[in-house]
Amino acid sequence: MSDALRNGDGTARAQILGGIRRSLRRGELAGEARKVVETRLAEPPRGPSVARGQLPQAEKVALFCQWAETLNATVARVGPAEVPGEVSAYLARNNLPATVAMAPSPLLEGYDWASQKMLSIRRGRGEGSDQVSVTGAFAGIAETGTVVMASGPDHPVSLNLLPDTHVVVLREGDIVGGYEDVWGRLRARYGKNLMPRTVNTITGPSRTGDIEQAMELGAHGPRRMHILVVRD
Amino acid sequence: MESTAHAFKANVDHALADPNLQDSLAKLKVGFSERRRQAAERLPEFEALRDRARDIKNHTLAHLDFYLEEFERKVIGLGGHVHWAPTAADARRIIAELCQSVNARTVAKSKSMVAEEIALNEHLEALGIAPIETDLGEYIIQLRNEPPSHIIAPAVHLTKDQVADTFLEHHAKLGFDKRLTERNDLVAEARYVLRQKFLDADVGLTGANFLVAETGSSMLVTNEGNADLSNTLPRMHIVLASIEKVIPTLEDAAVLLRVLARSATGQESSAYTTLNTGPKKPGDLDGPDQYHVVLLDNGRSGVLGTEMQDILRCIRCGACMNHCPVYGAVGGHAYGWVYPGPMGAVLTPQLVGVEEASNLPNASTFCGRCESVCPVRIPLPKLMRHWREREFEKHLTPKAVRQGLAMWSFVARRPALYRRLTAMANRMLALFGRADGRYQALPLASGWTRFRDFPAPQPGGTFHARWAKRKA
Repeated sequence: MSDALRNGDGTARAQILGGIRRSLRRGELAGEARKVVETRLAEPPRGPSVARGQLPQAEKVALFCQWAETLNATVARVGPAEVPGEVSAYLARNNLPATVAMAPSPLLEGYDWASQKMLSIRRGRGEGSDQVSVTGAFAGIAETGTVVMASGPDHPVSLNLLPDTHVVVLREGDIVGGYEDVWGRLRARYGKNLMPRTVNTITGPSRTGDIEQAMELGAHGPRRMHILVVRD
Repeated sequence: MESTAHAFKANVDHALADPNLQDSLAKLKVGFSERRRQAAERLPEFEALRDRARDIKNHTLAHLDFYLEEFERKVIGLGGHVHWAPTAADARRIIAELCQSVNARTVAKSKSMVAEEIALNEHLEALGIAPIETDLGEYIIQLRNEPPSHIIAPAVHLTKDQVADTFLEHHAKLGFDKRLTERNDLVAEARYVLRQKFLDADVGLTGANFLVAETGSSMLVTNEGNADLSNTLPRMHIVLASIEKVIPTLEDAAVLLRVLARSATGQESSAYTTLNTGPKKPGDLDGPDQYHVVLLDNGRSGVLGTEMQDILRCIRCGACMNHCPVYGAVGGHAYGWVYPGPMGAVLTPQLVGVEEASNLPNASTFCGRCESVCPVRIPLPKLMRHWREREFEKHLTPKAVRQGLAMWSFVARRPALYRRLTAMANRMLALFGRADGRYQALPLASGWTRFRDFPAPQPGGTFHARWAKRKA
């Protein structure tokens, strides 16, 4: 790679920024004007609050489940001890093979998978041939029934995308009202202004409206999404 | 892509005579538009969110240089790279060099209107690099060698049967030699064919719905998951985005996301909303080794500070075209370039020149539906009117129209003459028959009456005459 490609072209950069400043009839932002914008960036103002996500925790969980099902996911509400059994039972109910690719996460290792004698588990990233994946979730958004996935050594992104069926394990305590609450949690976990490589917020199975505007499920990502909402 | 906006009138004749297109367009009224209305009604805060979305974009545009520099600083800090492209040619060159630096043979592309704007595919193909469109709609039109006809549903002009024929023609050699009749079978076949291409691609190229200055993230909204496969499987991820896509913070993104999906398809949320921040991190089990963002200007910085600035708020939801009676009659291809409908009628003259695209801002009845549904409240009719004024100033308006306007303004500035002439015209028109209340043919007006009737003056004289009588 040439230097120009590694660092960007300084001339082109100056040309674009100079063009913007000429059009805005000012130079580089300075003084009080700059301070105002820096403050807005450091302390981001929230937009209008959306009432429907602002509920007591139990109702948030119920709203999450309702929207997730409306938007074509399936939901099972279970206790912690029932998680491995529900995964096996879901696979059996849907005539899916008892073989899963699982995210190597401490959260998931906390469940007793050894209890499922027939379930074969491979831990690692997603492969093109995987039928079913099992992952945790960083958070759930009640407002739209959305699950939030933060990438990392314990959660490869490919598990969210490649398999036909995605089983998500989400703790009730991780369900929040809206996006803003997720941003707060991300900042708390990763540090302000820092992010995992990828944050996927996923609402139901993959779909497309590209043929005659009719929604069809299973475009490129999973055709089925099953969410285990786990009581604390 | 090459513009055919100058041939708008011929394009329209062609579109109106195409029965498949007319079938597809009829579905727009009951599809995206109706679903948008329902989604807006389900969210009581929708109008307040639109106001806020407008304000966020206005704030960003007023400080665009600052937020772009912040975004760049963050991306570089994360081990990514930012490339500034003043023109389409610069962006093409940068992307080609990036692909060549990893000896790329194939590029998995997720739908990007900016890539269409810079004609990226043709450029890569000429260099022996195969771009593979992975959004289902873009994939269909790539097979058919057609441009997109809609910014969020590029193949909206096609019927299911046309897609079935296209797949049979191109997939038979891969062993799919049965013509499909169901939509879900067509989707499944495309999924199967494209899956291997994702796994083999050397570079993933995506657009961006938003660039978040606070975190240096690119944000992508899709329903299919193709953009996510494009940014996770290949070893290099290139984001191509125009400069006005930057926004300040994640909180701002939350507002814009709430109006985007609802305005576009009437969904509560698109299936996938993804933030990508830099390349693969230590310990990550997947993700690209390299992360590049190409920032394209292509004339946009020159729009800032002008009467056209509002168009830079556009978040590309497509609501204006879904609700436009002109788009609904002629479809997207008639507009002749990448961006159709009302937002295209404003943006295209800016990007390809008013000489080329002067027909587009005239292809509007100014009914105002576009402005009434725009999530960032762009006054699209007003901006189209600005283009008509500029067109007039540049003497691009057809001679007949200029002469007609000159005559009208001569008469209109002379009230006595105006009253005499209108009273005369009123009596003349009455002679041609008032009984039906309309004319199917009139001398010198066949351009009008060939397509629609002309209303006949009602008894009682002109407005002026009746007003005078009433006051008396």
